[in-house]
Amino acid sequence: MMEIVIWICGIMLGLATVACVIRVAKGPSILDRVLALDVMLLIISVALCLEMVYNRHTDYLLFVIAACTLGFIGSVTVSRYVSDQRNA
Amino acid sequence: MELFLEILVAVLLITGCLMSLIAGIGLLTFPDMLTRMHAATKPQVLGFLLIFAGLAIHLRSWAVVPLLLLAWGMQLLTAPVSAHMIGRAGYRTKHAAKDSLYADELKQVVDKVSNSPATGAIEVSPSETKESQD
Repeated sequence: MMEIVIWICGIMLGLATVACVIRVAKGPSILDRVLALDVMLLIISVALCLEMVYNRHTDYLLFVIAACTLGFIGSVTVSRYVSDQRNA
Repeated sequence: MELFLEILVAVLLITGCLMSLIAGIGLLTFPDMLTRMHAATKPQVLGFLLIFAGLAIHLRSWAVVPLLLLAWGMQLLTAPVSAHMIGRAGYRTKHAAKDSLYADELKQVVDKVSNSPATGAIEVSPSETKESQD
């Protein structure tokens, strides 16, 4: 039964990743792209959790925490440097 | 009991992944940066909570719960900060479509600041400045 659940979750995560990639390609501003890449990092974390569920181990927990931190630092850094060029 | 826990794990995992799918669909279809921000925060808190609960129940171990709580607490702390930074940058660079807003409470503050003289003194009334000069 767990196999079917993992398949369903994987398909949903794949569709979400495709949507994020389309938004990264289309996104009118850099902030849309940052937002979509943030969501992609979250999807990667969720996929790591799914792998841990499938193989019953806890090796990737630290990678999940590192991915959360990376997403935070990345989006804050990029949005810090997106400023109004007239006042810069 | 075992079957019940398995079904619970399945429901938690599928709902958590559904949050990611909702975020992807929202990112793709919403028209504006601010509405896309609203969609993108769905998997950050609720999705992670469901996935982590499913993982801990599936592993049947209390030892992973502190680490999962650390990861989830980090998300809780950092999601508002990054959302605030993105929204602030979007408001300042006119990326946010302001004609779609129902209420813009920040506009009053911005007008007040931009109409005041460039000394940085915003809230100071004329009498107070006179006293301080004396």
